[in-house]
Amino acid sequence: MKEALENLRRGADDEINSAKTREGFLGIKTRYLGRKGLLTDLLRGLKDVAPEKKPILGKLSNDIKKSLMEKIERALENIESGDKGKALREGRIDATLPGRGLRYGKVHPVTRVEGEICDIFATLGFSVVEGPEVELTYYNFEALNIPEDHPARDIHDTFYVTDNVVLRTHTSPVQIRTMEKQSPPVRIISPGKVYRPDSDISHTPMFHQVEGLLVDENITFGDLKGTLTFFLRQMFGRDTLLRFRPSFFPFTEPSAEVDIQCVMCGGSGCRVCGHSGWIEILGCGMVDPEVFKTVHYDTEKISGFAFGLGVERIAMLKYGISDIRLFFENDRRFLEQF
Amino acid sequence: MLVSLKWLRDYIDIELTPEEIAGKLTMAGLEVDSVNRISPGFSSVVVAKILSVKPHPNADKLSLCEVSTGEQTFPVVCGAKNIRAGDIVPFAKVGATIPGGYTIKSSRLRGEASEGMLCSEEELGIGEDATGIMTLPDNLIPGEDLAVALDLEDVALEISITPNRSDCLSMIGIAREIAAMTGGKVRYPDTEFEEKGETTGALTSVKILDSNLCSRYTARLIKNIEIRPSPAWMRMRLEAVGLRAINNVVDVTNFVMMECGQPLHAFDSRFLEEERIVVRGATEGEEFVSLDEKTRTLSADTLMICDGAKPVAVAGIMGGLNSEVEDDTKDILLESAYFNPSSIRKSARSLGMATDAAFRFERGIDPEGVVNALNRAAQLIADLSGGYICRGYIDEYPRKIKTVRDIPMRPERVNRILGTHIGAGEMKDILERLEMTVMESREGEYLVTPPTFRVDISREIDLTEEIARIHGYEGIPVSLPGLSAGTGTPPNDKRTLEDRIRTIFNGYGYSEVINYSFTTPAAADILGLSKDDEGRRLIKLEDPLGEDMSVMRTGLVYGLLETMRKNISAGNHDLRIFEMGTVFTDINEELPVENERVGGLVTGSRYDRLWHFDDGLHSDFYDLKGCVENLFDALRVRDIRFKSDCDRPFLHPGRSCNVMLGDKVIGFLGDVHPDILDKMDIKAMAVVFELDLQAIVSLPREEMIYRDIPKFPSISRDVAFVIDGAVEGRYILDLALEKKENLLEHMGIFDVYAGEGVSGGMKSLAVRFMYRSATRTLTDDEVNEVHDRLVKRIVRHTGAKIRGMGI
Repeated sequence: MKEALENLRRGADDEINSAKTREGFLGIKTRYLGRKGLLTDLLRGLKDVAPEKKPILGKLSNDIKKSLMEKIERALENIESGDKGKALREGRIDATLPGRGLRYGKVHPVTRVEGEICDIFATLGFSVVEGPEVELTYYNFEALNIPEDHPARDIHDTFYVTDNVVLRTHTSPVQIRTMEKQSPPVRIISPGKVYRPDSDISHTPMFHQVEGLLVDENITFGDLKGTLTFFLRQMFGRDTLLRFRPSFFPFTEPSAEVDIQCVMCGGSGCRVCGHSGWIEILGCGMVDPEVFKTVHYDTEKISGFAFGLGVERIAMLKYGISDIRLFFENDRRFLEQF
Repeated sequence: MLVSLKWLRDYIDIELTPEEIAGKLTMAGLEVDSVNRISPGFSSVVVAKILSVKPHPNADKLSLCEVSTGEQTFPVVCGAKNIRAGDIVPFAKVGATIPGGYTIKSSRLRGEASEGMLCSEEELGIGEDATGIMTLPDNLIPGEDLAVALDLEDVALEISITPNRSDCLSMIGIAREIAAMTGGKVRYPDTEFEEKGETTGALTSVKILDSNLCSRYTARLIKNIEIRPSPAWMRMRLEAVGLRAINNVVDVTNFVMMECGQPLHAFDSRFLEEERIVVRGATEGEEFVSLDEKTRTLSADTLMICDGAKPVAVAGIMGGLNSEVEDDTKDILLESAYFNPSSIRKSARSLGMATDAAFRFERGIDPEGVVNALNRAAQLIADLSGGYICRGYIDEYPRKIKTVRDIPMRPERVNRILGTHIGAGEMKDILERLEMTVMESREGEYLVTPPTFRVDISREIDLTEEIARIHGYEGIPVSLPGLSAGTGTPPNDKRTLEDRIRTIFNGYGYSEVINYSFTTPAAADILGLSKDDEGRRLIKLEDPLGEDMSVMRTGLVYGLLETMRKNISAGNHDLRIFEMGTVFTDINEELPVENERVGGLVTGSRYDRLWHFDDGLHSDFYDLKGCVENLFDALRVRDIRFKSDCDRPFLHPGRSCNVMLGDKVIGFLGDVHPDILDKMDIKAMAVVFELDLQAIVSLPREEMIYRDIPKFPSISRDVAFVIDGAVEGRYILDLALEKKENLLEHMGIFDVYAGEGVSGGMKSLAVRFMYRSATRTLTDDEVNEVHDRLVKRIVRHTGAKIRGMGI
C-alpha cells in the first residue's frame, strides 16, 4: 500500500513536470484527485489495512494529495498570469495619438468679459437690468441732462432712426427707465450693445457697455471710489494701481475718469497707454441732481453714483487685442482662442 | 486744444517742468493728451564767433570770414555788409536746415571754399530783419545750439477740454487753472491805448434785430493801418498753438481769441455798405460765400452779420469773402460780440462749419469779457499796423446776459456728497483761488458768486465738484456703500437661460459669434422673403455708415451666413457657430419691437479630421437638430415638436421644419436653400436654426422631481414597419403614444432603411417598444396584449407591412 502510494506520487509528479497547458493540469487533477481518481481509488483499499498502520498511511496519502494539489494550483496560476501578461503586452496602444471627441465650443470674448464684470458687481448686490437698443432721444439724452444743441452731444455721435428715435449711444437710458419704475434704493448694472457711428482700429459702430447705478441715502463719492476700486482689483488683480481724475459727463457731477496703471508696460509708458503709463478704463460720477429731478427723486434725501465702461476695451487689455474690429469679424481662428 | 508753455508764461510764473504741469492739469480735469517739444524751423544752427573778415579776392560784394564754433574753425564766404571780426553770429553748419526747406552744403564761391552760412533773422524765421547777419549778444558761447541759446524752443500741451469748461479754451483760462492749483497769480494783459480822431459812434452804427440770438455786439474802428506780415513773436505764438499766420490784423484777432477765449472778426470798412452793422437772421435759401470761398446756402434761423444792404459774415462762425481784410485794407471795423450758444451750434452743424470761433461761442464765452477783448485786439492791431484807434466804441447790449450770483452752499452737504471732512475754511479758500467771491450768509451756509467766465457754475453741486477737483480726488477717502437686507432682485431669468444655452452649445462644439445689429436691406431679397414677410419691416438709419449697414436686422440667419462666407474665404471650412441677440421689427410705432433670438449654423465636417475618422463625415440636418433637441431637454421643456411643413423661402423645402411649442411656431431649423447659397456665393451646404429666446424664457419648465429608479425589468419588442417613404417617423410614434398605454415606457426609431428588400418608394422603420411596470415583473402575455394592440393600430392607420419581429 505504501509502495503503491509512492508510485502514484512519482507518476503524478512526472505528469505534472511534463504538462504545459491549463487543460493538461486540469486533466492530471481529475485523473489523480477527482472523485473517481487514482488516489481516491487507492484509498478505498485503506479499510483492509491493519489498524496500527492506518494512521501512517492516512497521513501519507493526505500529504500526497496536498502536495499534488499545491503543485497543480501553482502551475495553473503561472499559466494564468502568463496569459494576462501576454494580453497586456499585446494590448498596447499609442497613447500620444489625440483623443476622440468634439472640440468644445467657445464663448465670445465680449460675452466672457461682460459676464465677469456682471459677476463681480453681483457680489456687491447689483442686479442686472436690460433695456431697448432702439431708444427714444428722451431717454438717451434729455432725461440724462443732455439737451439738444448742447456741445455735450458731441461726445455722442449718434445713429438716428427718426428725429426722436436713436440707436442708444450708451446703456444709461436703462437707468432712467429703472428709476421711473422703482424708488430708492436702486442698485443695478445694465450691460448691452450700444451704437456710435465710428469705425477704425479702436472704434466699431456697435460695441458693448456695462453701466451701473447705485442710489440710496448717504451715498458718497468715497463709496464710488471704493466700489470701483473693488471692481477693478477683482478684474485686473489685487495690486492694480488706479487713479480718479476729474472729468465731465452731463449726467454726473462731480464726474471722474478712472485710469489703471498700464497693464502692458506696468506704468513705464508704451504705445498702448500713449506713453502716459495710465489707461483710461471707465467714466463715473455722482448722479447729477438734474437727472434725479426728471425721475422725481428727492435730491436732498438721496444721492447716488453711476459708472460706465466699455466691454471691448477691457477685453482688449485683458487679452492683448489691438484691433477692436476683430470682435465682430467672427473668424474661427479668433473665436477659438478664448 | 494746443497750449504753448511760453505763451502761458506771459500770464503766470511756472516753476514746474512741462510734465509736472501736464500731470497737475490732468488731475484737475484738464486732460493733457501729449506734451510736445517745439523747435524752431531750423536745425544744426549754432552760435559762432567771427575771427576775421577779409575781402574776397575775386568778388567785390563778398567777403571771406573765418568763423569759430569754439572747437573748430570754418571758412565762410558771406555777402552781408554788417559783419566785423569779434561778432557773435548764427552759423548754419554744413548739413543744417533752415526755413524754406534749404539744406546747407559745402561749396566754393568764386574759387573760395565756404563751409556753412551766416544767417539773418529773416533767414532763420525768427525775425524780419533781412538786411544783414543777425548779431547775437556777446555773452553767448560759441558752439551752443542757437535754439537753446536764444530760448527759441517751446512746449505745446495738447489738452482735451471737456464741453463744460469753455473758460479754459484760452491761454489765460489755462493760466487761471494753474494759478488755482499752485496758488500763483494771473497777470492779465493791460489794454491801455490812445484813441484819436473821429468818434466811432459818429462813423458807424450797430443794430441788433434779434436780441435772443445776439445779446451783445461791440465794435471799434481802426484807421489808416498797413497790412503786413505779423512780427516773428506773434507768428511763433500762433504756430505753437496750431494756427497759421496770415497778416497783422487777422493774426491779432486769432491771437486775442487764443489769449482770452473771445472770438473776434475784422471787416474791411470799405466793403461795408452804409458803413453800418445790422445783426439779423438770414433769408431762407440765400447764398453766401464765406472766407473759405465756399458758397453756403443759408436758412432763416442762421444769424448773419450784415451791413446796410447784405450779409457780410455768418455770425460767430466765419466772415464773408465780400468784406475780407485784404493787402490794401486801410480801415477796419473790429467786432467782439456775444451770440446765443445753441443758435451758433445749430448753424455751425447745419452748415458743416466747425470753426474755432463757433466752438467757443457754442460753449459759452464770458459775457463780461467782450469789451476787454475788443480793446486788447484794437491795441495790438494799432501797435502792429501803425493805424489809430477811433474815439470810443459801440456797445450794443439790448439784453443783459444773466450771470449767476449768490449760490447757496452748505459745507456740510458738500462733505456729505463727497464723503469728506473738508473744513469750511478750506472750501472758501479753494473757491476764492478760482476767483469766486464767498460770503457767509448764516451758520453753515455761504453765498458764492462765480466769475462771469465760469458759465458752468450755477448750483451747489457745481461748487462741490470744484472743491473736490482742487482738493484732489485722490484725497477723498475710500469707502463701500452699505447693503441693506432686501436690496437686489433675484437672478435675471433671461440671462441665466442665455448662460445655460451657451454652455449647451459650447458642449456641442458651437462657438459664440456676435454680428452687427445692422445689415443690408438687400438681405431680405437675398433670403427671398415675400412682400408681407415680417422680416421686411425694417428700421432704417438716417445716416448709416454704408448701405450694407443701413437697416436693423430682423433675423439672425443672414448674419450667420455672412460669417460663414467670410470664414470659408479665410480657409475655415468647418464651422459650428451660434449667436444670441436682438432683432428689430418696425410696427409703425415710435419704437420697434425688439426680440431676443438664438440662432446657429453648422457646415463642413462633423469632427476635426483626425486619425479616428475618414474625411467626409459631413455635418447635416440631424447634427443641428440633435443639438436643438438636447437644448430643450436640458432646459426641461417637453412640449416641443418639429413640424416639417416649413415654408421659409431661404430653407430647403424638403429639409427643414418649424419648431413648435404646442400650436405656436417659435423657430425653424433646416438646410439653407441652395439658391440662397448660390446668391451669396457660398460653395458649401449649411444647416441653420433660429429660435425666439423670449418664448423659451417664458416656457413652463417641467419641475425637477425625483422618480424612483425602476426595480423591475423591462421587456422590449422591436418591429420593422415597411411604409410609404413619405410617411414621417414622428407620425408612427404618435399613433402609439397617443394611446397613453401605462405599460409602454418608451418607444424610439432605431433604424431607417430603404433599398434592397424594401421595394421602391417604401422605407422600413425599425421601432423599439419598451414595456415596464413599476410594481411587478411583466409577463410575456401581458406585454403581447398591449403590444399587439399598438402595432395593429399603426398598421391600420398607415397600411404598413411588418418586416420582421424580434424580442
